[in-house]
Amino acid sequence: MNWADTILQGALLGGLYALFAAGLSLVFGIMRLVNLAHGDLIVLAAYLILVLVSTLGLHPFLAVLIAMPVMFAAGWLLQSYVLNRTLGPDILPPLLVTFGLSVVLQNGLLQASSADSRRIPSGVLETASVAIGPLTIGVMPMLTFASAVAVILILNRVLYGTELGRAFRATSDDAVTAGLMGIKPHRTFAVATGIAMAIVAIAAVFLGTRANFDPTIGPARLIYAFEAVIMGGLGSLWGTLAGGVVLGVAQTIGGAINPEWQILAGHVAFVLVLLVRPRGFFPRAVD
Amino acid sequence: MHGRTIPWRVETRTKASTVFAVIAALIVIAGLVAPIYLPRATLQDLFFILTMLVLAQSWNLLAGYAGLVSVGQQAFVGLGAYAMFAGVVLLKLDPLLAMLLGGVAAALLAIPAGFFAFRLQGAYFAIGTWVVAEIVRLVVAQWKTLGGGTGTSLPGTATRAMFGTDLVQRLLGVRPAQAVDVICYWLALLLAVATIFTVYRLLRSRHGLALASVRDNQEAARAIGVDARRLRAMVYLTSAFLTGLVGALIYVQKARISPDAAFSVIDWTAYVIFIVVIGGIGTIEGPIVGVLIFFGLQKLLADFGSIYLLALGLIGIVIMLFAPQGLWGLFASRTGIQLLPVRRLLRGGSLET
Amino acid sequence: MALLATHGLTAFYRDFQALFGVDLTLEAGETIAIVGANGAGKSTLMRSISGVLRNGADQILFEGRPIGAMSAPEVMGLGIAMVPEGRKLFPSLSVEENLLIGRYGRATDGPWSLETIYQLFPVLKERRNTPGTALSGGQQQMVAIGRALMSNPRVLLCDELSLGLAPIIIKDIYAAFPAIRNSGASIAIVEQDIGQAMKVADRLYCMMEGRVTLTGRPAELSRDAIHAAYFGAHA
Repeated sequence: MNWADTILQGALLGGLYALFAAGLSLVFGIMRLVNLAHGDLIVLAAYLILVLVSTLGLHPFLAVLIAMPVMFAAGWLLQSYVLNRTLGPDILPPLLVTFGLSVVLQNGLLQASSADSRRIPSGVLETASVAIGPLTIGVMPMLTFASAVAVILILNRVLYGTELGRAFRATSDDAVTAGLMGIKPHRTFAVATGIAMAIVAIAAVFLGTRANFDPTIGPARLIYAFEAVIMGGLGSLWGTLAGGVVLGVAQTIGGAINPEWQILAGHVAFVLVLLVRPRGFFPRAVD
Repeated sequence: MHGRTIPWRVETRTKASTVFAVIAALIVIAGLVAPIYLPRATLQDLFFILTMLVLAQSWNLLAGYAGLVSVGQQAFVGLGAYAMFAGVVLLKLDPLLAMLLGGVAAALLAIPAGFFAFRLQGAYFAIGTWVVAEIVRLVVAQWKTLGGGTGTSLPGTATRAMFGTDLVQRLLGVRPAQAVDVICYWLALLLAVATIFTVYRLLRSRHGLALASVRDNQEAARAIGVDARRLRAMVYLTSAFLTGLVGALIYVQKARISPDAAFSVIDWTAYVIFIVVIGGIGTIEGPIVGVLIFFGLQKLLADFGSIYLLALGLIGIVIMLFAPQGLWGLFASRTGIQLLPVRRLLRGGSLET
Repeated sequence: MALLATHGLTAFYRDFQALFGVDLTLEAGETIAIVGANGAGKSTLMRSISGVLRNGADQILFEGRPIGAMSAPEVMGLGIAMVPEGRKLFPSLSVEENLLIGRYGRATDGPWSLETIYQLFPVLKERRNTPGTALSGGQQQMVAIGRALMSNPRVLLCDELSLGLAPIIIKDIYAAFPAIRNSGASIAIVEQDIGQAMKVADRLYCMMEGRVTLTGRPAELSRDAIHAAYFGAHA
């Protein structure tokens, strides 16, 4: 076994988990809402891209450009008409409503497609790889990781360099005072969920082109995303990437030792990290 | 006050609750003798309803009263069931005894699981419990003597020799397999009654009052000396034990186990959450109403497969959005009726002395 | 017609009534001060006008328009900005970002911009990149005032400016008010410090237990009358 290769593959896999997690992290940071349907929304977006690819004959990377605004709109509507109603001091309503949504999405997809696993065809990219020194790296994993870095760079730029980002952070700090500044919290939340869903579309194209998926795999992606966010430290997007990398490396190492241990090793790493650093790698100063 | 005492008393009983206590006793007696007059299929339905009720009451205790929203109850169902299997298959225990082992194993799991999950706040506690359940599922799937990932069956000889089967066979004149069902049914009834009684007693005790204060305002509760952490830990352990026990019981009756089924988030947590939400979270009556509606829906829609779950999810969302106190809560707030009152009512004690 | 007026304004926190029919006017270019003891309803009045609390539509008029039922962002969009009690800076925003967010709902041209606010409070310019909540209390109050001015408001509501600040710092802050008046804004100040209020205000309102108990020009009001209106019957 080549350890360097295993660790590199794991780190690149972490990029995928960071993509799963970025939207979750953004939404939690702004409105303290944990969307238990996040994983199922990724799967939904993957089906959307699959439909675009197979009916219009588009390349997946073109299809995702259509899927992003569609998912943005879906997120905006979801937040405006459903999730905004659940926000408040009680954590039960948002949890139970998004849990219900998760079940609805899974079974809706089962009904609409089937339980068969599918894959988004991406042509030569599927198998393309480049050799760097002694290591061979797949083009797709590299693109995934690069996309994760790009998404985080852009999100940070929005959060810390634009009026919208200031409004996000102000609303997160204190929604009542934000209202006095002319910020409408519910509208801000709708935009944030819209952005999160656009990122979900990006995550979905990599989920769907790299491996098979079926309607039931959403919850597992939610768990990976959640683990990446918590390990990284709430509110830090670079932390989320670091968390994703730790998770990915743990999984590939575990899998290299015994294929049955792959997922388990990831979870165990998560528990260990949390026991040693309860607030993650890069905890936010104000919380 | 010139030495005059104001006549007041704190009541935790209502007229409806006294009437209900009598009716409930009659229902339990009717339930006890049900195997004499009900066909086996109906008994199996009742077994399903009663075990789901126990799961629902345990989850309601966690989420509705302690504010601990767990999405990982399948960890305790699955581990309880697997511990029971281990007891019967490996230790050659009587299934009855092995069931207790299931409950104890679940409670033991709750100690490290709680230690870990309690570090996570609010919403993250939910996913934390889910991660725990996944870990336990993946570990159990490595247990090759119990069938690994594909699972195993309970030896028929073991269940048929279970404590009490002889007696039931002779008493009711039934075949061994049926006798096992009857015993399982009785145990489910016993467990359901015991669970409701336990939750009821807990909530009416001073712990119940403290729990309500923790749920409503953690800071204030701490200020008046309520140890929220300990109280929540106690509730978590109790809920885990009950869930493990019923998980073991369910799998004595099923007699076939696999990690995916025993640790199913849909079967042991999603259904349970919908039962409680539809019936009414934070009440003892809610889960009872919820489980009956759930069973009715399942009988009506079970043939439609995923549409059934789709409908259940939608109903859950709609109720959470528009009637968050659930159907029983709606009924109770319209009529003022409480069958199992756990709130305290102040009577008399007027201040116009 | 008054620029801003309340007519029989009532306000509730659940079952608790906090305001019992308050009548108040603010003319264009005027500065009024509202004084009263703790719990008199001053802050509730500010929260009602600014839209944090919703009231009957006709109970608050802005240029004759009913605005009582509007939300805070809507009220702010009309040009009524508030400096909230306790300053309420956004901890994850820097000083400059706190100022910039003030124009989110109303980016109107006018006398106030980052530049003119840094002229008004030069100390803020030096500390523009530090987190708002890392400043001293007085400096935080300056940021809160600057943040409200950034929208070039027609009405500036100030809730308990001197709360928790040393007298010398209070004086510094009030030194900025002539400039704010000259910029054309009408001002309503809630104060517990009667002396300070009488110095800046054209007219004074005294409140007690959710009602206006006295109103008039500072020069025309006797100490005893104010004392009675502030504390109730001669104590």
